[in-house]
Amino acid sequence: MLLSLLAFGGLAAVIGIALGVAAVRFRVEGNPLVDQIDAILPQTQCGQCSYPGCRPYAEAIASGDADINQCPPGGEDGVIALAELLGRDAKPINPENGVAQEKPVVAFIDESWCIGCTLCIQACPVDAIVGANKLMHTVIAAECTGCKLCLPPCPVDCIELHEIPQTTKTWTWPEPTVTPVKAA
Amino acid sequence: MFGRKKAGFPGGVVLEGHKLYGQAGRTRAAPIPKELVYPLEQHIGQAARPVVAVGDLVQRGDVLARADGFVSAPIHASTSGTITAIEARPVPHTSHLAATCIVLTADGKDTTRGEPLWPIPSHPEKLTHEQLIGIVREAGIVGLGGAAFPSAVKLNPKDTARVDTLILNGAECEPYISCDGAAMIEDAEAIVRGAGLLKTLIKARQVLIGIEDQNTQALAQMQAACKAVGDRCVFVKTVATRYPQGGEKQLIQTLTGLEVPSEGLPIDIGIVVHNVGTAAAIWNAVTEGQPLTERIVTVTGSGVQHPANLRVRIGTPIRALIDACGGYRTQDGLRLLMGGPMMGVDLADDNLPVVKATNCILAGTRDDLAPPPDPMPCIRCGDCVEVCPASLLPQQLYWHARAHEFDKAQTLNLSDCIECGCCAEVCPSNIPLVQFYRFAKTEIRVADQERRKADQARARHEFRAERLEREKQAKEEARRRKREELAARQAAQKAADAAAPDAPADSADKAPSPAVQAALEKARQRLQAETAQNAPSGEGDDA
Amino acid sequence: MTEAWIILISTVLVNNFVLVQFLGLCPFMGVSRKLDTSTGMALATTFVLTLSAASSWLVEHWLLQPLGLEYLRTLSYIVVIAAMVQLTEMWVRKSSPLLHEVLGIYLPLITTNCAVLGVALLNVRKELSFSEAVLYGFGASMGFSLVLILFAGIRERIAAADVPKAFQGAPISLITAGLMSLAFMGFSGLA
Repeated sequence: MLLSLLAFGGLAAVIGIALGVAAVRFRVEGNPLVDQIDAILPQTQCGQCSYPGCRPYAEAIASGDADINQCPPGGEDGVIALAELLGRDAKPINPENGVAQEKPVVAFIDESWCIGCTLCIQACPVDAIVGANKLMHTVIAAECTGCKLCLPPCPVDCIELHEIPQTTKTWTWPEPTVTPVKAA
Repeated sequence: MFGRKKAGFPGGVVLEGHKLYGQAGRTRAAPIPKELVYPLEQHIGQAARPVVAVGDLVQRGDVLARADGFVSAPIHASTSGTITAIEARPVPHTSHLAATCIVLTADGKDTTRGEPLWPIPSHPEKLTHEQLIGIVREAGIVGLGGAAFPSAVKLNPKDTARVDTLILNGAECEPYISCDGAAMIEDAEAIVRGAGLLKTLIKARQVLIGIEDQNTQALAQMQAACKAVGDRCVFVKTVATRYPQGGEKQLIQTLTGLEVPSEGLPIDIGIVVHNVGTAAAIWNAVTEGQPLTERIVTVTGSGVQHPANLRVRIGTPIRALIDACGGYRTQDGLRLLMGGPMMGVDLADDNLPVVKATNCILAGTRDDLAPPPDPMPCIRCGDCVEVCPASLLPQQLYWHARAHEFDKAQTLNLSDCIECGCCAEVCPSNIPLVQFYRFAKTEIRVADQERRKADQARARHEFRAERLEREKQAKEEARRRKREELAARQAAQKAADAAAPDAPADSADKAPSPAVQAALEKARQRLQAETAQNAPSGEGDDA
Repeated sequence: MTEAWIILISTVLVNNFVLVQFLGLCPFMGVSRKLDTSTGMALATTFVLTLSAASSWLVEHWLLQPLGLEYLRTLSYIVVIAAMVQLTEMWVRKSSPLLHEVLGIYLPLITTNCAVLGVALLNVRKELSFSEAVLYGFGASMGFSLVLILFAGIRERIAAADVPKAFQGAPISLITAGLMSLAFMGFSGLA
């Protein structure tokens, strides 16, 4: 009885030491997985996922605190990409976080109403609004991600969202219908 | 068995020609319509920028819009008249969307300015490379084979030392189209002389003109023209009649045996390819000093009364061309295509204008363009693989495009697909394969754009976070410095107090400042002086 | 030398651990959805299997048999295998965090992979020498990897195909595994 205990205890001790050494040798700093998740997110920085930006949401997914279906701007495609990356199942966007936008939009400041208060400039997460105190503000359309964070702070409500018009250069081919397999 | 070259390139299919040869193929001028519409985007690259305004009077050959950027081309008025609008009009594009166009109302006089737009050289072959590029660009010449790539850009390869062969593409392989055939019969000399000019200027060793063997008249005319011009480096070569022999990469493979590398350009193997019509246009531009305002368009199909090859002014509405051919024979089940039945663009109606890329208007009835039956499931027969001229795997591309596995489609060289339609033509299940590849290509393009935009947004967001952090730290720094200054001043004050011990320590009884002391001293002196003065004057007052 | 070849062919093809002996089916079904993860899992299992075969042989012949503690065999083998898996997990986490995240729970589940314990116990039953035992473990892992990668390739193709609704997902995968098993039984008699 004692022999078996000692033998087993000895074995466990040896293994424990080996694992301890390995734990130190194979220490991992940081988490590159977060970078990979962040690369999939659309970088709208809108906060609809309930995290202050895309990077914090990526960190939350990596640590398991957040689910992968909380990003409406990423849409279904984003959820599928995250699901493939992490080996989880794809699911529909959580309606609590918002609805995926059908058409992309950019913000537009009506310059006849702008009072130059800089509140929208401070709100924009990607610095897409140009302007200064008591000077005209305007949105750089190419940088605007359509996150809508500039609309609430404006005291004169002069910001509106415009759909990006489709031109012959941005038009895309529609998906051809696929033959469903008919029951014999 | 696989990839065996039947006609100089692998795969391909034999299609019925339906060409207008003989007398029917001879060109005639189309009448100039009342209104001409010029889309600003008639070429690959940046759209042209208008330089005219509504109300301007223009002559034939005047610049309406100038080229914007390196890959761009100018647009010229193809007849004289007044600019009546610069607005969005429907354009002949698959999307059926509208784009900005310049609208010209013809005055019926069809006048030109008279003088050439650039000096006409007496010896065209003595032009420098830059001069020729300049003329080609100013003339607004783009690839007239249907792709409309600005020719000045193609003639300006980064490394002319690499150019070995110039190929002129006269292999009009798509059924129904015969505009190049007509050009080779009627403008043979211009083509051959243009070929010689281009050869000298891009320093090519030889020119090969590829013509399909079914086009016997064109072959004869071109060979005669070559003999007449006497350039010993220009060769007319007969190629097998097989679709898509006229595809750039396929023709190169047939004529030289070389393959253009995947995702590469012909210049990578020292070859430059131009359409025969483009060569003639360049020659005419150089020798006449006039820009590109007209082209040959084949109007054909069972839907028109008298199919013909017409010399058409750019901007003419398609309706006018149909009328010039006797009008519609029938409108029953009619489909209008710009191009041929394999790669043509579906047109919404005939109100659209002829652009530089319009090589053919096909008014097809059910006899020409049978509506395809409903697609059935893929049976993995592999017929599509046998006919692909680019040696791709259409079946695998189909499965991946269907499952949205676009990265796998990319790995199978989806970007090398020339969308010729051979695979869809032979598919026994009638699957619209090319639609799947086009869909996959645009999805990949959109995903790339979104990724780039997201990267930019991320960079800006991180920079903003850094900027806010920097501002916060600067504020903290300033506050800290102020605190230190105040502390230093207080410490100095305490040190000054400690250094002068006879000064009253009570804060309520501080030693007055020097200024105050000086004032007090002055007041004391004044008081003393006044008292001294008052004493003697006081005695005087009594008397 | 011939013995070595016989062991290898036997473990990889004739008595394939997954398709013929039906061991290790959990990771076989669970990780084979994508080819990349399957390759990673195959590598990890090879590492674990070979090392466990070696270390469990050592424990058996240097600790258990000399001290007459054969009844502790299963217990100590599991401990040894768990330690090997832990080592492997640490190494995978360092070399490829993505693979580590993707393999997820299946990495620690190699501990309970009956193929790993099966190899260790079979080594004892067959009374193999040390080198034979290690080769046996290595061959088993090669067989496992071969089948896993084959299956992953087929599953990727099936994912894009027109599978009837009732069969989508697990049913068609199991049918495929069954057909593969039938195919591998054709190897019987080879060695």
